[in-house]
Amino acid sequence: MDVTSDTGDAVRVRGVSKVFNRGAANQVDALVDIDLTVHRGEFVSLIGPSGCGKSTLLRLIADLTEPTAGELIVNGKSAHQARLDQDYGMAFQQSGLFDWRTVERNIELPLELKGWDKARRRARSAEMLNLVKLPEFASHMPWQLSGGMQQRVAIARALAAHPQLLLMDEPFGALDEMTREHMQAELLRICSETGTTVVFVTHSIPEAVYLADRVVVMSPRPGRITATVDVGLGRDRSELTREASEFFDRVTEVREALRGTHVGDAVSGIDDR
Amino acid sequence: MTARLRKLIMFPLAFAFVAALWEAYKAVGPENGGRVLGFGLLPRTGDRAMPHVWKMVSRLGRPEVRGGKETILSVVTSATWYSFRVAFAAFVIGTLLGIAVAVLMARFRLLERALMPYLIVSQTVPIIVLAPLIIGLMAYGSRDLVSKTWIAATLLGVFLAFFPVAVATLRGLQSTPPAAMELMESLASPWWRTLLKLRFPAAVPYIAPALRIAGASAVVGVVVAEISLGVPLGVGRLILSYGQEASTDPPKLYTAVFGAAVLGLVMAVLVALIDRQMMRRHPPAGT
Repeated sequence: MDVTSDTGDAVRVRGVSKVFNRGAANQVDALVDIDLTVHRGEFVSLIGPSGCGKSTLLRLIADLTEPTAGELIVNGKSAHQARLDQDYGMAFQQSGLFDWRTVERNIELPLELKGWDKARRRARSAEMLNLVKLPEFASHMPWQLSGGMQQRVAIARALAAHPQLLLMDEPFGALDEMTREHMQAELLRICSETGTTVVFVTHSIPEAVYLADRVVVMSPRPGRITATVDVGLGRDRSELTREASEFFDRVTEVREALRGTHVGDAVSGIDDR
Repeated sequence: MTARLRKLIMFPLAFAFVAALWEAYKAVGPENGGRVLGFGLLPRTGDRAMPHVWKMVSRLGRPEVRGGKETILSVVTSATWYSFRVAFAAFVIGTLLGIAVAVLMARFRLLERALMPYLIVSQTVPIIVLAPLIIGLMAYGSRDLVSKTWIAATLLGVFLAFFPVAVATLRGLQSTPPAAMELMESLASPWWRTLLKLRFPAAVPYIAPALRIAGASAVVGVVVAEISLGVPLGVGRLILSYGQEASTDPPKLYTAVFGAAVLGLVMAVLVALIDRQMMRRHPPAGT
């Protein structure tokens, strides 16, 4: 394997297509000829209307579904191998915590599957609880926590094995606006502390811009990448960033990119929050 | 704490209520029974048919047979204890078997489609028919009537207990949230670890109530088998033989019925404790 070409690339997607129900009357071209490179340490948001294939692209990177054509390299190996090696952590819109496990034992789940012993797991879950600022909730049950706290535990679980890559599918989609903004700031802090690469699926333009180094704009039927917006707001972002004129410029740029590919009704599913 | 105390008081109170109802009907009801809309629905209240509650209780303290040494209380207690052990064994074996079959059916779709119709049909056969069949089929190796019959009684209990557990476990295993399954997949978890860490614990809210049914079914299976086969040591047999003395010693039959009732009660309490233990990590209902 050519190692030098892999350095710097957390994810490389080359000519990937995904067709559902191929050959049937209801055939769907979910993704067509996708090229995407995510560099190490980069935060990339995928945005687009419903049906543009952004979640499918994330699931392809995670090897939860297989491409119809093309190649996916994650961490310098096939996506399949990367999943087997637990090279990435994943967080979904539903926190997906196990009701019957305490918060700390939820966080330890990936470590159990890696075969870590109990003392090591406990030490790591304590470290992760500090990272997401919930140290006093270690022995709580998930259903005793608020939605935002549950999502923080889910992020702690995704990062427990210290993966270099974090895949997130609308993780804050079910949260209220204030919790959501707070969680975005927390995620940025966690990423800068851990140096994690993130691929983040969202349908909120401000969220995509606030979080990302680069916003990848997608459009449906067939699903493809139509624009890439470099955010260039630097890494030190705060609540003030949300009020900066550069921030609004980028939001406008993304909105126009979405509109440009879609005249008329096509921006349905885009959320202006 | 007060709720617990109330429960503790309610228990003997319920018994007292039933006893009072019994005596009240005995006092006002027709001596030789009565008809409702032409059907002989009202029970007879004579001392032979409805002995006084205190006569049943005092009967417990007297010898089983005239001039015998052993009191009826000790005979009924040991017979109930014997039947309880058989029923509990049937409950445990039936539960484990039910879970095992459900896991296999969840693993292999083909097995589910092949087995399910037989499982359902099996439960439509009246168990009283099965008792002699099982004794003929399964326990032929033994010449000793005691072991022959308790094996048959256990099998019958297993047969009844197994079904609700198998069905509920299968439903539970098939109801794992897809998002959680996807999470385990993203962690490259092998099938059996996903079963142990996710699917089985997620199925517990389905399995726990089925255990209550299984416990009750095991008792019914065992007592019915004892009655129909005449298992020499069980409480079912006592009901049968004391019933034959009902005209000469009416309260005697009721002592055996007490034994059977205690058997069912002890099993219900035990299974409720198991249920609570299983559910202690799950969110309380309504959250």
